[in-house]
Amino acid sequence: MSEEIIKDVIIGENEDYIINMGPQHPSTHGVLRFEVCLKGETVKYLIPHIGYIHRGIEKMCEANTYPQIIHLTDRMDYLSAHMNNEAVCLLVEDALQVEVPERVKYIRTILDELNRIASHQLWWCAFGMDLGALTSFFYGLRDREHILDIFEESFGSRLLHSFVMPGGLMHDVHPNFQKRIKEFITYFRKKLPEYDQLLTGNVIFQNRVKGIGHMSKETAIGYGVTGPSGRGSDYSCDIRKIAPYGAYDKVQFNEILETGCDTWARYKVRMAEMWESLSILEQLVDNIPEGDYTAKMKPIIKLPAGEYFQRVETARGELAVYAVSDGNKSPLRMRFRTPNFSNLFVMNEITAGHKIADLIAISGSLDLVIPDIDR
Amino acid sequence: MNSILEYFADIFKGISSLWAGMRITGKYFFSPGEIVTQQYPENRATLKMEDRFKGEVIMPHDENNLHACTGCGICEMNCPNGSIEIITDRVANAEGKMERVIDKHIYHLSMCTFCELCIKTCPSNALAWGQKFEHAVFDRSKLTKVLNQPGSKLRKEAK
Repeated sequence: MSEEIIKDVIIGENEDYIINMGPQHPSTHGVLRFEVCLKGETVKYLIPHIGYIHRGIEKMCEANTYPQIIHLTDRMDYLSAHMNNEAVCLLVEDALQVEVPERVKYIRTILDELNRIASHQLWWCAFGMDLGALTSFFYGLRDREHILDIFEESFGSRLLHSFVMPGGLMHDVHPNFQKRIKEFITYFRKKLPEYDQLLTGNVIFQNRVKGIGHMSKETAIGYGVTGPSGRGSDYSCDIRKIAPYGAYDKVQFNEILETGCDTWARYKVRMAEMWESLSILEQLVDNIPEGDYTAKMKPIIKLPAGEYFQRVETARGELAVYAVSDGNKSPLRMRFRTPNFSNLFVMNEITAGHKIADLIAISGSLDLVIPDIDR
Repeated sequence: MNSILEYFADIFKGISSLWAGMRITGKYFFSPGEIVTQQYPENRATLKMEDRFKGEVIMPHDENNLHACTGCGICEMNCPNGSIEIITDRVANAEGKMERVIDKHIYHLSMCTFCELCIKTCPSNALAWGQKFEHAVFDRSKLTKVLNQPGSKLRKEAK
């Protein structure tokens, strides 16, 4: 036995303790491993190890045609599957200079917002569950079921609905679509205050999330943290406002910004975004124009040679798609800038000095989806 | 003095916030309103999936055992992960010309990602979604299906 090990382990001079959190830890919601260095119960530093669910989606895109790429993007951030699909579709439409019918834009925007609410509901359940409030898990999933039922009726699948195509939609929405959404809005407006009574107002919960995981605006910008996590640090990064796509330029909505910079601020941003999404839905659902559900597209889509870039706001931040085409039916190179990848690597900065129990709260507040990181 | 007051104020705040939460759970405990859970598999007889539900890809056959698949191979070409294999035959028709007909339309359910491209691109609308969703089997080879029924023929459209 070398002298160092005797010093470190047996005499215990070096009190650092390395522990692996994951890859099967329930609070990471996927296969992610944190190598956490502890001094007692305090986190000294943290190294995320990724790649456990890497499927090579970017490389697979090079062998697939543009309509086939859509279903791969579902599998990145599966909780905002529709936004991921839309990003690729917007890129193709932008490259081909296709004018999409107004009806398609409205329906896509409605689906974006429905998906955002469903994603935030699941985040709310899981966040409560990570911190020990198991009740919130059931209440959130109960309401999410209503959105999934709308999805199932219109597209046939609940989670991975490759519903949008370059140029429009796969098929028209179900005749009940508008009615069901209106029912959902009235239902969820009554249920959302319950969320505040159950979890937001709870003193135990507040004591656990307030003042931990401080991420300054400079840190957020430096690491490229976007979405609700970035907006909790007063960083205005909403792509829906900066570069409107779909029907976002036709609706009135506020970009939610909080100045608290901590886990509590990120919680409040997401709760407020659910209200905001409901109001966007209300403005759009009655005004869906009549018309075609798809623009006229060629059967084989070939992008002209060049470089294309498109970004959208998913439920977790800014998703950017970059494609290089050489004029063939599949891209030469496809690159996804996924929001969770940037959001993950700020963890080391904002957890240092906190207790290991706070680590769960902080990683929960960043709302990480692991397949999106590894893609 | 102040710290003692804060201490008791914290206790009362804690109790009141606990009460606010327990009121909601208590309300649903005594008057659930709507039942959100389903008694699966006891409700199998009444369980009806949505018409557009993506259970599996099927090839609808009519009462004369006729289907619409010409064996053109567009679904095979459009499938992103090779779930569809088409084996065609050459058969002489009434005028003595050799014509391509479908021998086997093989569908690997185990590889399918339900992207709907085969159904969307089929020029003769030969494929559709089936509503069956209980696909658990003990052997993977059972998930490889032949979609055209034995002895089935191409439906000749009235010209």
